[in-house]
Amino acid sequence: MINISDDNFEKHKALNGQDQSDQELKQYNYLNLGPTHPATHGIFQNILKMDGEVIVDAQPTIGYIHRAFEKLAENRPFYQITTITDRLNYCSSPINNIGWHLTVEKLLGVKTPKRLDYLRVIIMELARIADHIICNSVVAVDTGALTGFLYVFQWREKIYEIYEEICGARLTTNIGRIGGFERDFSEKVFAKINNLLTELPAALSEFEKLVMRNRIFMDRTVNVGGITGERALEYSFTGPNLRAAGVDYDVRVMTPYCSYEDFDFTIPVGSSGDTYDRFCVRQEEMWQSISIIKQALKNLPKGDFHADVPEFYLPPKEEVYNTMEGLIWHFKIVMGEINVPKGQVYQSVEGGNGELGFYLVSDGGRQPYRLHIRRPCFIYYQAYPEMIKGSMLSDAILTMSSMNVIAGELDA
Amino acid sequence: MAEVNNQMLGESISAQFGNQVLSVEETYGTLDIVVEKSIIIPLIKWLKTHDKFQVNFLTSLCGVHFPEQNDRELSVVYHLHSFINNIRFRIHVFLPASQLEIPTLTTLFAGANWMERETFEFYGIKFIGHPDLRIILNVEDMDYHPLLKQYPLVDATRTDKDDKYFGR
Repeated sequence: MINISDDNFEKHKALNGQDQSDQELKQYNYLNLGPTHPATHGIFQNILKMDGEVIVDAQPTIGYIHRAFEKLAENRPFYQITTITDRLNYCSSPINNIGWHLTVEKLLGVKTPKRLDYLRVIIMELARIADHIICNSVVAVDTGALTGFLYVFQWREKIYEIYEEICGARLTTNIGRIGGFERDFSEKVFAKINNLLTELPAALSEFEKLVMRNRIFMDRTVNVGGITGERALEYSFTGPNLRAAGVDYDVRVMTPYCSYEDFDFTIPVGSSGDTYDRFCVRQEEMWQSISIIKQALKNLPKGDFHADVPEFYLPPKEEVYNTMEGLIWHFKIVMGEINVPKGQVYQSVEGGNGELGFYLVSDGGRQPYRLHIRRPCFIYYQAYPEMIKGSMLSDAILTMSSMNVIAGELDA
Repeated sequence: MAEVNNQMLGESISAQFGNQVLSVEETYGTLDIVVEKSIIIPLIKWLKTHDKFQVNFLTSLCGVHFPEQNDRELSVVYHLHSFINNIRFRIHVFLPASQLEIPTLTTLFAGANWMERETFEFYGIKFIGHPDLRIILNVEDMDYHPLLKQYPLVDATRTDKDDKYFGR
């Protein structure tokens, strides 16, 4: 860091014989933050232009874990793409999985039974809670409060145990199928969900007591990394980041899917779009998710846990072994030999960090002709340099973690 | 104020821009509007500033490659959304492979920046007037556009993968 002292400044002015602004004489230094810096929680590189400890500009480099999902998807049968979506926002894979299933179902024109919708809502809201638990507790860690993080992570673990009970997997869930769940939820699943619903509220409010009105936490987050609502819309922000800036856009309400219109919940909004508002919006969304799950459990309709889509939903094994038709469908599905209708659809779901959209172009073949995935992270991370301009280096770290940038989704 | 619906939106656009609008049709409840390249920015600007439509949100922007369509090989698809009227629609612009140039949307939506960089990287479509049109996800010196249909999934120049070990 080279500082130009007042003395030098005067000398320089005299030498040039003209008035030069302070800005022109100033020398900046450059700091390489990332790509493998532990504080960035992922592979993000930013070359920061610094004036002392103040950030003047930032140049993000992304793509370190780019896996060409869109190209991969053009070469796979529809049901095999679910596993790709797992690896987008891996903190809430079930939302991605179900978003993809809904996209294909929309293309096929499938009518889903109510019970399936409600079961999906339960899973998606659990995933949202898990996602927000990670994000918010990590924000607390970046301000120096490790206790809350270790404490609430127990409940994220319990949510993963629920996934495990349903589909056998924990992180990259590949949950459900196109058409529905492979089996109905067992008693054990409902017992685990009920258990979570009784224990989680106490933990959440304790976490809030630890952090939310904590002097140190507030000093570190209020008015840090803010963005106005207008600017956020310009940047196509979605999810908690947009709502923290005061825009009440939520896909669940605006374009309901999976019978979200049946549920009564509110959309929390912030006002200044800063780190503290983002934290509070996520925190309130967890409470809303708990309420949605409770409503879904209370009003859970009887009926089928899958829709009637023989082209995509695997028949039960008794049918496969004993009937010709069952065997043929099983073979055709597993080998991916199903043609879908020609057309193009866009389906979006409210993911953990914003509107996750799938734009699917089908030419009537067995694979998508083109699949574009609207990844909320990729779109809002481009506002990051603007949001950290003029703030301290330590605030930049906090801003990034409160934006919930997930490398898997960013780089796709 | 009359409620804005797909039909009304399509008719208004056709009335405003005449034969520059090549087709308007509805698929799966969403309006697909195909327009000439020359009006893409005026059209989106008109929609954004229109009193009634107030199309204030760019949901996504991507490219699609149709190698067998002569002189319309590539298309750029804009997903737009009006929060006020809660209406989503798509605008398509087709480009010939010989002239992959289209004006940038960053003048209207700051968020178009990386979306256009990604489209440029995958399809080689140049967005004229873009402030920083560089490759974003892959290595900087990549000299081809991988999502074009002529490129197979696995790089044909790779020598480290021997098919005989995979039973192929």
